[in-house]
Amino acid sequence: RERRDTLREELLLSPLPTGDVAATFQFRTRWDADLQRGAVSHYRLFPKALGRLVAALGVRELHLALTQGFWRTRYWGQPPLQAPAGAELWVWFQPTVTDVDKAWKELSNILSGIFCASLNFIDSTNTVIPTASFKPLGLANGTDHHLLRYAVLPREVVCTENLTPWKKLLPCGSKAGLAVLLKAERLFHSSYHSQAVHIRPVCRDASCLAVSWELRQTLTVVFDFFSSGQGKKDWSLFKMFSRTLTDTCPLASQSKVYVDISPKNKEKELLEVSPPPTSVHEAIVQGDKKTYAVYDLQSPSLFNTSRSLNVQLKWKRPQDSSEMPIPTLHAQRYVGGYGLQTGEICTLIYNTHPYRAFPVILLETVPWYLRLYVHTLTIITKGKENKPSYIHYQPAQDRRRPHLLEMLIQLPANSVTKITIEFERALLKWTEYPPDPNHGFYVGSSVLSALVPSVTAMKDMDVEQSPLFTSLFPSSDGSSYFVRLYTEPLLVNLPTPDFSMPYNVICLTCTVVAVCYGSFYNLLTRTFHVEEPSRGGLAKRLANVIRKFRGVPPL
Amino acid sequence: VVEGLALLDLGVSPYSGAIFHETPLIIYLFHFLIEYAELVFMITDVLTAVALYLAIQDFNKVVFKKQKLLIELDKYAPDVAELIQTPMEMHYIPLKVAVFYLLNPYTVMSCVAKSTCAINNSVIAFFILATIKGSAFLSAVFLALATYQSLYPLTLFAPALLYLLQRQFIPIKLKSKSFWLYTMQYASLYLCSLVVIICLSFFLLNSWDFIPSVYGFILSVPDLTPNIGLFWYFFAEMFEHFSLFFVCVFQINVFFYTIPLAIKLKEHPVFFMFVQLAIISIFKSYPTVGDVALYMAFLPVWSHLYRFLRNIFILSCVLIFCSFLFPVLWHLWIYAGSANSNFYYAITLTFNIGQILLVSDYFYAFLRREYYLTHGLHLTRQDGTEAMLVLK
Repeated sequence: RERRDTLREELLLSPLPTGDVAATFQFRTRWDADLQRGAVSHYRLFPKALGRLVAALGVRELHLALTQGFWRTRYWGQPPLQAPAGAELWVWFQPTVTDVDKAWKELSNILSGIFCASLNFIDSTNTVIPTASFKPLGLANGTDHHLLRYAVLPREVVCTENLTPWKKLLPCGSKAGLAVLLKAERLFHSSYHSQAVHIRPVCRDASCLAVSWELRQTLTVVFDFFSSGQGKKDWSLFKMFSRTLTDTCPLASQSKVYVDISPKNKEKELLEVSPPPTSVHEAIVQGDKKTYAVYDLQSPSLFNTSRSLNVQLKWKRPQDSSEMPIPTLHAQRYVGGYGLQTGEICTLIYNTHPYRAFPVILLETVPWYLRLYVHTLTIITKGKENKPSYIHYQPAQDRRRPHLLEMLIQLPANSVTKITIEFERALLKWTEYPPDPNHGFYVGSSVLSALVPSVTAMKDMDVEQSPLFTSLFPSSDGSSYFVRLYTEPLLVNLPTPDFSMPYNVICLTCTVVAVCYGSFYNLLTRTFHVEEPSRGGLAKRLANVIRKFRGVPPL
Repeated sequence: VVEGLALLDLGVSPYSGAIFHETPLIIYLFHFLIEYAELVFMITDVLTAVALYLAIQDFNKVVFKKQKLLIELDKYAPDVAELIQTPMEMHYIPLKVAVFYLLNPYTVMSCVAKSTCAINNSVIAFFILATIKGSAFLSAVFLALATYQSLYPLTLFAPALLYLLQRQFIPIKLKSKSFWLYTMQYASLYLCSLVVIICLSFFLLNSWDFIPSVYGFILSVPDLTPNIGLFWYFFAEMFEHFSLFFVCVFQINVFFYTIPLAIKLKEHPVFFMFVQLAIISIFKSYPTVGDVALYMAFLPVWSHLYRFLRNIFILSCVLIFCSFLFPVLWHLWIYAGSANSNFYYAITLTFNIGQILLVSDYFYAFLRREYYLTHGLHLTRQDGTEAMLVLK
């Protein structure tokens, strides 16, 4: 029978300017079936768990990322695909879904079970409906943003428990092909680890008459120069993953390793790879012309000499660290102010392009307990105020939904834009604090989406022929490329009540109310009377006897 | 309010968030006056002081007339000459009231902070002026405005009604037809003006959103930002299971003293109004020092009770010390981080106890003076020795 699903796997090794190395795995399963209509019962390469999820809940696009660490755009360059620290989930639903919130809740619970992550904490207090960011990455007809949901859990920790179910979704598992390199003890000993699942509908062919479903599983890991590389800039698969590639996945139609050997500073190649690659591929990625050494694991010549493939990267000349290229767009975010009452969120966005200005959409999701004051929002570029051309602000409701601020800001060429907004910290009920309340509360990363003008014009390319890492984001025209950046998550302290005191507080406050009630009750129900003299009780008589002995006048 | 205006400019309803809890009329008032905010608040405070001055002036005349009537009717005991208020000592009381309000540090702080409490105080002051002057219509309108702003002045309906009945010489008997007639008249004036104001607010913003944001907020106390009241910490440390119960209890607590006080103080509605104002300021859900300033402005009116006050020295010391300690302990908790919330909470407890005892002390002194007026100042027991008065 004609196979209707195909698997392509790919590993991209890119040395970063600071001496670290980034490895991006992509496993793409394309299934020429319509998951929405018609009962599909025979799942081959496409994982059944996800297929049934998409069909049952009317999901059009699903993007889930679990990340540990932060991609330092300033030093490492523009990421191929970045994700914010923690867990991020954004989903477009089909227009046929009537109750999107219910579907969203079910979806996050099911995903929480599939990936062993606490995605069940996604509820209305951390879900927002962005209006301008997060446009669909796959096929879409009509974009009613009420079908979109976005949530981020910045406090979520990623560990082996999350990697195992992710690996299980791969057709070859971790037994053959590129996935043999994914061993947890090396992957989590890194500066940045991000694993993601992307499901979207794509055109089946160039005429786009039929829809196929694409599942991409991506894993990006950055190995640190000092801890993993032991201070040496030479990398190899064995040094990074403590394993080498032995064979290709028999279910994959394509299995390749790409190594970025682009010359920096337009000089001769500085990077040498061994063993010699099967081919060299040139592409324009993110506006820059890049050269890749390609190892095709399915080519018979690769495993001829040795049973294993250990790609080694060596630097021919020591790299001059002062020539670090600065990415065109990068951003920073931090909290300003002091004390536990007020504060300020400052975001700095840098546009380092020498002559081109471009707009950027900033999406900020702030939890409800940091009450933002939108009248204090100021955007300053080059010392002057910069008014956003589009601003969508949805204030938070206590304990129900977070703040949502979306702005379209024009960044002039070669400038720094500073966006500040002040907030007030709320006092929460004592049960609403996490177990370590003085650790602070996390504020999820803000998202910057932009079409960055590219240095070199990009050609339209066929998705099936080009490497996977170039076809993740749709490119509308050749003059700019789409980039989505995330800023740092913030850690903010809130004033805490004393957790050991609930009974004491209730008793003391009720005592004060009782004092009031008691005095008023006395004054309202009693009347003045002249006191009648009384002979006194036993105690008084006894006291008088003692006083007589002492020689003191009686009471 | 500035945030509410900014949200309105952005095209978002100011009530869709959880920050803005003022009424629509305030938004529209400040839409025009936002540039002159400091001037507006200063003028409001001056207006409040002027209203209080005129009100107390009129009230003194009424008190004096009533006193004369009771002396002629021989209701007073023979030896109470020193307890009777003379015009001479009452001459400067209105001025003292106005000055007490304007120079009170709490009023100054409210004005500097540009708290909308100043507007609430001003409306209540005009309501008191209208009531004492005897105009039922204006009194109902101002009371409706005050209730519309913050729910609690509803309890001032009872003292106002009692005062107006007294002024019309209608006896307060449950069987009397004229009593019910007048009550119905006043109540309907009040309710109609309230309905008109609420509908006007609806048409200003074209939605009923403001009702849960303003009144739901006052009644359900969701925001636990520390203030000088008792209840922020109480609800912060409350077990979830009981929170609805305690919210109801504490809201009932504000409204529930009205009927007993009305029964006890039906001859003295203005004192009733003072006690009611004090209870509102102490037990409302989000008290501010501006509310405290309003009822403290009335203290010179009862300066003739001074000799009967039992704990005035200690209470004034408590209040002054607490006022100084509030900012210190706030700073230590929030900014220096070397104290925790219990310190600030303790000061709120003492401050509120001080206020409660102050009010009940004045109440005690008032009742005691009334007893002496009718029974004579020098009381003797059956065997001729000096007598003691106790509450039984």
